[in-house]
Amino acid sequence: MRDPILTREYLKRRSFIELSARDRAKCLFDSGTGLELAGPFDRIESPWLAMQDVTPEADDGCIVMRGTIGGQQAVVIAFAGAFQGGAIGEVSGAKLTAALDLARADNEKGIRTNAVLLLETGGVRLQEANLGLAAVAEIISSIIALRRHAPVISLTAGTVGCFGGMSLAAGVASYVVMTPEGRLGLNGPEVIEEESGVEEFDASDRSLIWSVFGGRQRYDQGLADALVDDDADQIAKTVRDLIAQGVPPVHRSEQIDLYRSRITALDNARQWNPEELHFRASQNKEENR
Amino acid sequence: MNKFTGIRGRVWFKALTGQASSMPGDPHSVLTADAQIGDDKARFLCVVPDPDGRFPCARRGEVGLEEAYTLAARVREAIGADKESAKRPIIAIVDVKSQAYGRREETAGIHLAGAAAADAYATARFAGHPVITLIVGQAISGGFLTHGYQANCLLAFDDDGVLIHAMHKEAAARITRRTVAQLDKLAETVTPLSYNVRDYAKLGLLYRLLHVSNPEDPAPEDVSLVRHEVIAAIQDARKASPDLINRTESEAACVARKASRLVRARLEEQWNH
Repeated sequence: MRDPILTREYLKRRSFIELSARDRAKCLFDSGTGLELAGPFDRIESPWLAMQDVTPEADDGCIVMRGTIGGQQAVVIAFAGAFQGGAIGEVSGAKLTAALDLARADNEKGIRTNAVLLLETGGVRLQEANLGLAAVAEIISSIIALRRHAPVISLTAGTVGCFGGMSLAAGVASYVVMTPEGRLGLNGPEVIEEESGVEEFDASDRSLIWSVFGGRQRYDQGLADALVDDDADQIAKTVRDLIAQGVPPVHRSEQIDLYRSRITALDNARQWNPEELHFRASQNKEENR
Repeated sequence: MNKFTGIRGRVWFKALTGQASSMPGDPHSVLTADAQIGDDKARFLCVVPDPDGRFPCARRGEVGLEEAYTLAARVREAIGADKESAKRPIIAIVDVKSQAYGRREETAGIHLAGAAAADAYATARFAGHPVITLIVGQAISGGFLTHGYQANCLLAFDDDGVLIHAMHKEAAARITRRTVAQLDKLAETVTPLSYNVRDYAKLGLLYRLLHVSNPEDPAPEDVSLVRHEVIAAIQDARKASPDLINRTESEAACVARKASRLVRARLEEQWNH
């Protein structure tokens, strides 16, 4: 029989995944401090979508919000997976880059400003192809410039996941936070099946997809720093804790030898069992030493 | 697929450095050399096909796990070596058909390998190394993000064999539910969709478009022209801001990326309301 107390706890929790991008952003801030910038009333739409008979949105699927988190200045940039699969267009990409640059400028003036990226995105928006790809390159650069001063936290809760070029943006972040419903990878299952064949990756195999891309796997293999349940309060607390922790002594994407060494030993003649890549336990041991 | 994919990279690496080999211990798909250009000894890097490569999905000129980590390591090696001395230019010669599309790659977390390479190039740029990218063939999607797109200056050949894009045309048409003909038609007015490098130049991201008479088998004049332009780019990069703001401030970007500029202006206005 199920423990009734657990059930009540479960029912009491507030789902983060079910929130809109705007509400997701808002719930991370200290109560009442989250203020949206360049919002829908500024009506900066994609100039390219209407030309292709695609209806643009007044916020281009990207929400920028400023306020305080745990008493510190912070900017949260959230992608709305519901619009164009959260894909990066010229406007949404420029919002993220400019917000990161403004946060960096504040840090350089001595005002510590942290950044949290809510990445629910399939990557580059193909209707804005080259400007989306260019935006991703600029986003990566701006994250790297900011993270020297203050942590840049990447959060992928689901259900869209973080794919394409934006997975590199998550890769250069100071901390990666995921829920078990989040997924993270460069090429999604359909793309691999399309490009390399169903023998390489069967995109209809749900358990394979989650075993490779899922938040639990990314955490167990040491590619995510925190795994949190789909609970808005828990997620907000995790973000607060990481901001309090500050800039890590070394960023994951600088640790080339460590991450490279984990794959050089594996037998390449066959596909790998995702469990072969579980390095979290040994990593924790090293960190505690 | 372009029949020259992967050939041009090696040809131009050799033309500019006088050699075409990997550094000891590196996969044969990554060429690295320190060679003289103008007054500088620069570090040149290039990803080339290796039919005998360790990973089956990264043998035809794709950027895979080993390529990305090797680029990252070789760029960081240069940053480390120049910590207390003059910052050598870092030159990425780009002819990459894409990132590697494979299950091993995703299982291992190729996004981190790509991030490590992009990080190394960007870190070099912020540390004061002039980072110059010379696009001699294809520069597609995650392959380009990993190798080349973090440069201070992007130079590309004005040639039909040059392809800079987020995705190959057939796949992009399929995913956006269009025919290739419809996509071509749209690209005439929607500049960022175009597969033509001259349209790419209109976006304001390029430092220079270079006219080379024979990109597959360059004549000495071609090589000396390219050399000359790369040297000019190195000099300009040393004087310019180390971030990528120039990509939205160029004359062409003021037209093509108006929306990007408007977003930045609006956020600046509202940041401290």
